[in-house]
Amino acid sequence: MKLYFETVHGIHDKIVNKEIKAAEVAEAVVSRLEETEGKVGAYLDVESEKALNAAKLTDEKIAKGEPIGFLEGIPGAIKDNICTKGVKTTCASKILENFIPPYNATVIDKLTAANYAFLGKANMDEFAMGGSTENSAYKTTHNPWDIERVPGGSSGGSAAAVAAGSAYWALGSDTGGSIRQPASFCGVVGLKPTYGRVSRYGLVAYASSLDQIGPITRDVTDAANILNIIAGHDEMDSTSSKKTVPDFTKSLIKDVKGLKIGCPKEYFADGMDGETEKSVRDAIDALKAMGAEVVDISLPHTKYAISAYYLIAPAEAATNLQRYDGVSYGERVDGEDIVSLMTNTRTAKFGKEVKRRIMIGNYALSAGYYDAYYLKALKVRTLIKQDFEDAFKSVDIIATPTAPTPAFKIGEMADPLQMYLQDIYTVPINLAGVPGISVPCGFTKSNLPIGLQLIGRPLDEETVLRVAYAYEQAHDWKDKRAGGEA
Amino acid sequence: MHVASLSRLRVEESETESYQAELDKIISYMDILTSVDTANTPPTTYALPMENVFRDDVPKESLSRELALSNAPDEEDGYFKVPRVLEES
Repeated sequence: MKLYFETVHGIHDKIVNKEIKAAEVAEAVVSRLEETEGKVGAYLDVESEKALNAAKLTDEKIAKGEPIGFLEGIPGAIKDNICTKGVKTTCASKILENFIPPYNATVIDKLTAANYAFLGKANMDEFAMGGSTENSAYKTTHNPWDIERVPGGSSGGSAAAVAAGSAYWALGSDTGGSIRQPASFCGVVGLKPTYGRVSRYGLVAYASSLDQIGPITRDVTDAANILNIIAGHDEMDSTSSKKTVPDFTKSLIKDVKGLKIGCPKEYFADGMDGETEKSVRDAIDALKAMGAEVVDISLPHTKYAISAYYLIAPAEAATNLQRYDGVSYGERVDGEDIVSLMTNTRTAKFGKEVKRRIMIGNYALSAGYYDAYYLKALKVRTLIKQDFEDAFKSVDIIATPTAPTPAFKIGEMADPLQMYLQDIYTVPINLAGVPGISVPCGFTKSNLPIGLQLIGRPLDEETVLRVAYAYEQAHDWKDKRAGGEA
Repeated sequence: MHVASLSRLRVEESETESYQAELDKIISYMDILTSVDTANTPPTTYALPMENVFRDDVPKESLSRELALSNAPDEEDGYFKVPRVLEES
């Protein structure tokens, strides 16, 4: 396999065993990036020098016989809504075009302590609002499996970079599916941890009760290792969990015997792509053949999830995005008084989808509509959460498709509501706060990746990773790479 | 559009119709929530049990004034600068 397509753990072992130098690893990905970036467009900012320098330090440590950590010298991409001190963080928005964070997100501090190699900032839908990365104010990212198709979103740049070989791993964020759906569209692994498992400090807020950072990788082993690095309580994020963080690599065992896997009928509904359904059902059959017990279950409030999500998330976004007022940071468009300065700034610098969600949110929160929309959505959220609590009384894992279809064409989803409906299998997981992963489970006849979503109990990423790993190891999807190359 | 002004956004006349049509369609879709019985259901704002989080109030190093102002669109004498808010009397 080409070096730039290898897994982080594979490369780490080779660096430790002195089969390869970290410098070669970094050079391979940098030249791959230069070769593919014109077609894929995964990055908003490339920091090759930083990645090459980190690799040099790794080689010096190896030469001195010092131990190195899992990520050392192996370059990765960071979604552009995660604050990187001294490096522009735009959220793919014009309003933050020149914003240079004066501090690091907690995950970046943790990665820095782990001596990670930073390769650049990945493209995304503006403020993480979208499912195709077409809402970036700067560029369109193309799916490495089919350049005419979207990589998914909102972490589309992160997923496309990992799939194209222009990053060995990436971080994304997931508010309603923004890690799992692009991972599914790009044939890679995407993990959304339990709400609270990873600190959100320094993650530019979209919908604070739903946002969560997680890894996008080439296999489950890499996801478990990166979660080990970024997870844990942080006093800068009061919503981060104080529960002990286990060693997630201990869950990488090829055994699902005795586990109960729930198959919710509402996730295999009409309107689903036939090839997607077959691949996902085959994957569930494979888990059964490996010794898991498969149980039909019902999550009866699933059909209300899109409505609840697209009221709650915009309401939180409308509040969070009030801070972009042209006063203390971000771009400013002058006006004759302070109100017109704010209105001019926001009108000129926010993109269309962001404005749409701010208006939906403020509508749902406004006097006269609050009870009917926002409060109602919060109550329905309770019912959706209870659906999962009830299901997890009898099953250990829930298996579903990640998305109803494989990657669609750029420009195909012109209608905003049609785009929202694509999130049907991912948003309930954020509303319930539970962990979910997308792992590749097959390809369509036209060679587009399909993702299997595995959902676990709150703070039980261990079982999610275990089932994902057991499935992955029994299949060869993990060895396929975009462009027919390997 | 009242909601645009609440949002400190200006919708140009040429866009009013398309925004209104899209938002109407989205909001009408949300109306399926009215069919759910939530009479005895409390709202959920956070998925995991949350309580007030307290810690000792210990002063720590914070951002310097210079760094805090480093992204300011306009500043003067160490303050953020905006157009005059109150008229001179």
